[in-house]
Amino acid sequence: MEITLKVFRYNPEKDAKWHYETYVIEGQPTDRVLDLLEYVKGYIDGTLSFRRSCAHGVCGSDAMRINGRNRLACKALVRDVGTKITVEPLIGLKVIKDLIVDMEPFFDNYKKILPFLINETPPPADGKERYQSPEDRAIFDDTTKCILCACCTTSCPSFWANDDYVGPAAIVNAHRFIFDSRDEAANERLKVLNSMFGVYRCHTIFNCTEACPREIQVTKAIGEVKMAILRGKIK
Amino acid sequence: MSNLHQFEVVVVGAGGAGLMAGLYASRTAKTAVISKLYPTRSHTGAAQGGVGAALGNLEEDHPEWHTFDTVKGSDYLGDQDAIEFMCEEAVPAIYELEHMGLPFDRTPDGKISQRPFGGHTNNVTGKPVRRACHAADRTGHMILQTLYQQCLKNNVTFYDEFQVLDLIMSNGKAAGVIAVELATGELHTFHAKAVIIATGGHGRIWEITSNAYAYTGDGPAITLRHGLPLEDMEFFQFHPTGIYKLGILITEGVRGEGGVLLNGKGERFMERYAPKVKDLASRDVISRAMYMEMAEGRGINGQNYLYLDVRPETVNKYAALDGRTNPDGSPYRVTGEQILAKLPDIVDFCRVYLGVDPVTQPMPVQPTAHYTMGGIPTNKFGEALADEKGTVVPGLYAAGEVACVSVHGANRLGTNSLLDLVVFGKYAGLRAAEYAKGADFPPLPADAGDYIQEHLSRLRSGTGKENAFDIAREMKKVMFDHVGIFRVEAGMQQALQKIRELQERYKHVSVTDTGKIFNTELISAWELGNLLDLAEVITVCCLNRTESRGGHARDDYPKRDDVNWLKHTMIWKRNGQLQIGYKPVTITKYQPKERTY
Repeated sequence: MEITLKVFRYNPEKDAKWHYETYVIEGQPTDRVLDLLEYVKGYIDGTLSFRRSCAHGVCGSDAMRINGRNRLACKALVRDVGTKITVEPLIGLKVIKDLIVDMEPFFDNYKKILPFLINETPPPADGKERYQSPEDRAIFDDTTKCILCACCTTSCPSFWANDDYVGPAAIVNAHRFIFDSRDEAANERLKVLNSMFGVYRCHTIFNCTEACPREIQVTKAIGEVKMAILRGKIK
Repeated sequence: MSNLHQFEVVVVGAGGAGLMAGLYASRTAKTAVISKLYPTRSHTGAAQGGVGAALGNLEEDHPEWHTFDTVKGSDYLGDQDAIEFMCEEAVPAIYELEHMGLPFDRTPDGKISQRPFGGHTNNVTGKPVRRACHAADRTGHMILQTLYQQCLKNNVTFYDEFQVLDLIMSNGKAAGVIAVELATGELHTFHAKAVIIATGGHGRIWEITSNAYAYTGDGPAITLRHGLPLEDMEFFQFHPTGIYKLGILITEGVRGEGGVLLNGKGERFMERYAPKVKDLASRDVISRAMYMEMAEGRGINGQNYLYLDVRPETVNKYAALDGRTNPDGSPYRVTGEQILAKLPDIVDFCRVYLGVDPVTQPMPVQPTAHYTMGGIPTNKFGEALADEKGTVVPGLYAAGEVACVSVHGANRLGTNSLLDLVVFGKYAGLRAAEYAKGADFPPLPADAGDYIQEHLSRLRSGTGKENAFDIAREMKKVMFDHVGIFRVEAGMQQALQKIRELQERYKHVSVTDTGKIFNTELISAWELGNLLDLAEVITVCCLNRTESRGGHARDDYPKRDDVNWLKHTMIWKRNGQLQIGYKPVTITKYQPKERTY
């Protein structure tokens, strides 16, 4: 079938301003948008630049706007997005070249919420695992799925308005530790999130939840963090 | 030399092995981790089913059993001292990951949960044992995230999106690397006392593959060019269950949870090939069985795929026939909800890519290129080896999929790759830091960056009459058709000729992007050169080994030949010529015997 692929293009070494290029190519309903981009790069314009690695939705490299919605190009199939496809870079992060945006501010926000287990209590004397019940493990299961692709954060109008807002992805990762029964630093993380640029910038618009390629209930996780702040403690 | 950096230890690659090495080396030595991807994009994150360790949380198990299973799985080509070391170290390594915060699934009493996996057995009964420690079907993702988090916690220095293009050697010692910063196109020189290569595998050589675009064998291609050897390159694993046509991995954990493989006649054909453990035989055995079924016309509708069926009614039917029980002795039964809870990503992949819901429909699968058993030879401390006698290359280390210790021999057992990178990443990091403390910075050769500058300018100034994508496509096809699951002399000769023709054509590739910023076209073209070099090496090694063992199966030499071939292959490129040598297999406790499952 014939596919019309309209792609945002910007090469800072050549272009004064961004523009769109349209490529009409042959494809299949089962082609990934990533396959189409690869085809364009291989046979039409080698300068087209985008990130990609795993090509099946687990590494988070190829997050972009596809027909106005944040998705992973490797998880968006022609049969799902149609034969007229517009591909643009994520919004809210600086475009470096074509579909490649500057991810540094995104990872800086992630680092702010102390994204690592903090537990000063020595592990069991026999050297074995700390115990955790399946029920306690289930509480934060959803937020362990995050692949840091930035689909959620760059779909958030509050983040577009102010990039000091830590954004949904950072809160999702804070949730993963705050609700882990083995972690002892929930209050430190909640302090970070109980600020001008923390959870209150979330206005429950649900764009993040809709954007997440891992189907994490992002808005729900943010709500749980808000509740933890209000209650002043976790349980 | 512009953009000069100095670190005691430089780690190349930020997957599980690189992060573990960086974490340990940085405790005592000034360390940098350099990766062409953001660390969390690394291919470790695609590993699904579990990481093996004889914790015995659900039933009796011992590191000795894990050792024997790994030796047997390797078709007796693994070095038994290294395997024993890995399987002993596995137990504390898993606890360490748990202490770092890894969210393993839990048993009802709160311990790390474990599931059965191919080739892992109770050595007394021969039945599958629960040894794979798991976090749903995203165990690799959780390992990658946890190790990256720990690196952040410990302020490890990262150079993200820096592509390492060359190794610097100085009088026979490793002295650093040359890398290009993708965002600027600038070359950087990293002067180091020790270099740890952790660049992963090269599964992008084959058409149907589970491997990431990034898996282009950069590390071994670079060391080969420096006259260093590669080991056992003929051994590459084809995983039985890739999504039909796409190659995307469907974890062996599906079969661990009771899923079965069915042919076009609806038969559970593994009963015929591995009567004892059936669908949980090791991967080489199953991939070959699948190939045979399809070759004999028993694919689904006569096509080149089979069904992997994890529908509850199917699982329960065969679990009852097998007499499978839960740890408490009750009959093993599953519901659709449990399948969804244990295998959420698999269910998602099937829905997205196939439009198939595995809870109600079987999944069409075919074997997919998956794992590099061979690689840069090392000892069990991650020290890279210069020859068959075990001489160490001062300052050079390798760990993870890129390395050949060899713990996987001719065929890796599922769950042992994640284990390998955790254990050997740690020891490579420790050894490199220790070495660096007692060593001076080797002098930087004046011509350190010349080779790569020249290579890149050649890629920019080729005649342009050849297209890199066409070359890549032709390479993948010929390698999958003739240097794949089954191999014969004539086909491989044809492949070798083709690869050499493609290497010639590669010289005419011209990169059209003349810019510096994120010139991904240039990098991809450079990576293609690596793949072609390794495809040649692999094919030469495959032709050379006239027997069948593990992942190397030859129609014309169908039997394992311990008299002539119980040895590792070493291969060098000297003056443009590939030369082969051999190294004995280390056998401690387990004499080779016939391998049945």
